[in-house]
Amino acid sequence: MSHYSSHILVCGGTGCRASKSSEIIDNLRAAVNEAGLPEDVLVIKTGCFGFCEQGPIVKIIPDNTFYVGVKPEDAREIVNEHIIKGRKVERLLYTAPETGQHVSDSKHMNFYKKQVRIALRNCGFIDPENINEYIARNGYAALSKALQMTPDEVIKEVMDSGLRGRGGGGFPTGLKWKITRDVQAEQKYVVCNADEGDPGAFMDRSILEGDPNTVIEAMAINGYCTGASKGLIYIRAEYPLAVERLKIAMAQARELGLLGENIMGTGFSFDIEIRYGAGAFVCGEETALIHSMEGKRGEATVKPPFPSESGYKGYPTNVNNVETYANIPPILLNGAEWFTKIGTAKSKGTKVFALAGKVNNVGLIEVPMGTTLREVIFDIGGGIKDGKKFKAVQTGGPSGGCLTERHLDLPIDYDNLLAAGSMMGSGGMIVMDESDCMVAVSKFYLQFTVEESCGKCAPCRIGNKRMYEILEKITKGDGTMEDLDKLKNLARVVKDTALCGLGQTSPNPVLSTMDNFWDEYVAHVKDKTCPAHQCRDLSHYFIDPTQCKGCTACARVCPVGAISGVVKQPHAIDPLKCIRCGSCMSKCKFNAIIIK
Amino acid sequence: MTKIGSLEELAQMREKLSSELKIRELSNDPEIMVQVKVAMSTCGIAAGAKEIMTRMITLLDDRKIDSIVTQCGCMGYCYAEPTIEVQLPGKDPVVFGRVSAERAEQIVDRYIVNGESCEDLVLINKN
Repeated sequence: MSHYSSHILVCGGTGCRASKSSEIIDNLRAAVNEAGLPEDVLVIKTGCFGFCEQGPIVKIIPDNTFYVGVKPEDAREIVNEHIIKGRKVERLLYTAPETGQHVSDSKHMNFYKKQVRIALRNCGFIDPENINEYIARNGYAALSKALQMTPDEVIKEVMDSGLRGRGGGGFPTGLKWKITRDVQAEQKYVVCNADEGDPGAFMDRSILEGDPNTVIEAMAINGYCTGASKGLIYIRAEYPLAVERLKIAMAQARELGLLGENIMGTGFSFDIEIRYGAGAFVCGEETALIHSMEGKRGEATVKPPFPSESGYKGYPTNVNNVETYANIPPILLNGAEWFTKIGTAKSKGTKVFALAGKVNNVGLIEVPMGTTLREVIFDIGGGIKDGKKFKAVQTGGPSGGCLTERHLDLPIDYDNLLAAGSMMGSGGMIVMDESDCMVAVSKFYLQFTVEESCGKCAPCRIGNKRMYEILEKITKGDGTMEDLDKLKNLARVVKDTALCGLGQTSPNPVLSTMDNFWDEYVAHVKDKTCPAHQCRDLSHYFIDPTQCKGCTACARVCPVGAISGVVKQPHAIDPLKCIRCGSCMSKCKFNAIIIK
Repeated sequence: MTKIGSLEELAQMREKLSSELKIRELSNDPEIMVQVKVAMSTCGIAAGAKEIMTRMITLLDDRKIDSIVTQCGCMGYCYAEPTIEVQLPGKDPVVFGRVSAERAEQIVDRYIVNGESCEDLVLINKN
């Protein structure tokens, strides 16, 4: 038994590592050794704490002090002041923007108050590279419990919990397991879909980086239930840290006999292999994912047959998402009834969201289903950056849609989001403010799907490209009202006729922005203006002669020499030469440059 | 590492390992636990505060009391070092002075476990 009187937890997620958290750990260990306290203070690298906006994060146990924005050079001060002298390093504490007061402990931060952590329960708490810490927190106890039940009993528990697929579709997980179980075959496979491709989404990556064992344990449970002895994790090669930690976790689990032949002496055998994806969005779709694992081209095929009947190499295959797996052990340990008490009538449990965009607290959050968008964006997210006005929130990535002010009080669950014209998706949530042009936003997402379309079916390959061209025309100021009709019509056709989920959902950003921001489209087409001043070709720069002091700063910065004038006299912009780069505007000290 | 041979072995392993994480589990709710602060200033350390801190952790661990033992700066009672502050859940903190190994045991058994007032040991009673 150890007698460490303090633990120092340092975030080792990708975000904080990019801000030198590995160096912070080295420096903290050096400072602890120098102070002669290696027997008393344990420095641990954990997974993501979620509050990425404030990273790198260092947490001191047992007094639960939460330091934010720590730099490698702060390590010595933390050890000398906090650990040795018992004084908190005030300048590194989090300042609550509402009150301007320091908040030293995460429990009292608005960012954490409304969160309920089930899938993320171990992230930012344990060392993901040490299986002992996972076991200490009830790790592999769910597998142990499952092995003492019959597969049908375990599946019933998962079905009763109401857990639905967290990858976006929301298919009941227990039912999927049952279908795979009921198919007779000599070999079956369970697959973990870790091909997280939505722009701005990092839920699955953070779970794999912070708690890889939970996925391994849940896959073994899944294998026991469906009758599969082999598991495959399909992960994109752009996630090197998640891959590394998975490999470490798998090696440790094998060493302890928690993976492999005859697990814990029960006679049940199960092992996992990692398969790498090259980072194609379509490979998140389960049939395309299976083809990619087989070494074939990552293209979707028509369902049925569903993978549960004929998947990897023609054998029954059960595909679940990372976050879905992360929910399985707590459900088995606490019971289905416990899980059904969290969430809404048809969506049980919690959902992890990657909160990004123009919001104050960018980060990874987990909230009960039924939490409203307002709570997520304004309470947890801390509102919009720079005091600007909220305009829209994009959920569900390139397959989702934009929701507006009037949807803010909508309780988030699968069905509500679908009814509002968006979708749950895997959990990306991008917040936009008044300076974002919605036509440009839908163009951005469409560009993504055009690039990611596998090209197999015509609606997706050609339809999306044509839609993109129309949007391009509109943002250049050449659009007509007929174009808008054509765009809407085309979007509906693609939605109805595309082969797989990618094509069927790719028009969603266009349709939802057209529904919610029709006026903005009309302004682009009829008035040839971009109300958010984001579309370059529709923005015109002028100099207000009453404000201009003739300082010549703008004329000097203009890359094309479009600004002329005499010193100390108002200047003017030649609209024919102007390329609308905005350099003059950022240089002017007198707010004399206006944009119309 | 040796392989886990049975489900019982996993449970035993967890039992053994969980004590190492206990400090982290408990730190989320410090107010429901016994909180002990040891004054770890120069005068305190010279008078043996480090040993007292280890002693307190061992004593509380042995009695399986959920507690957090931390260090703090000088409390100002340099004449009575080592000093420790003990806060029982829902009560005001109490400061004990001239804590020796033997007095530490008395503080744990009489004040923390039995809830006696222990006027003879108390330096400052903030109650």
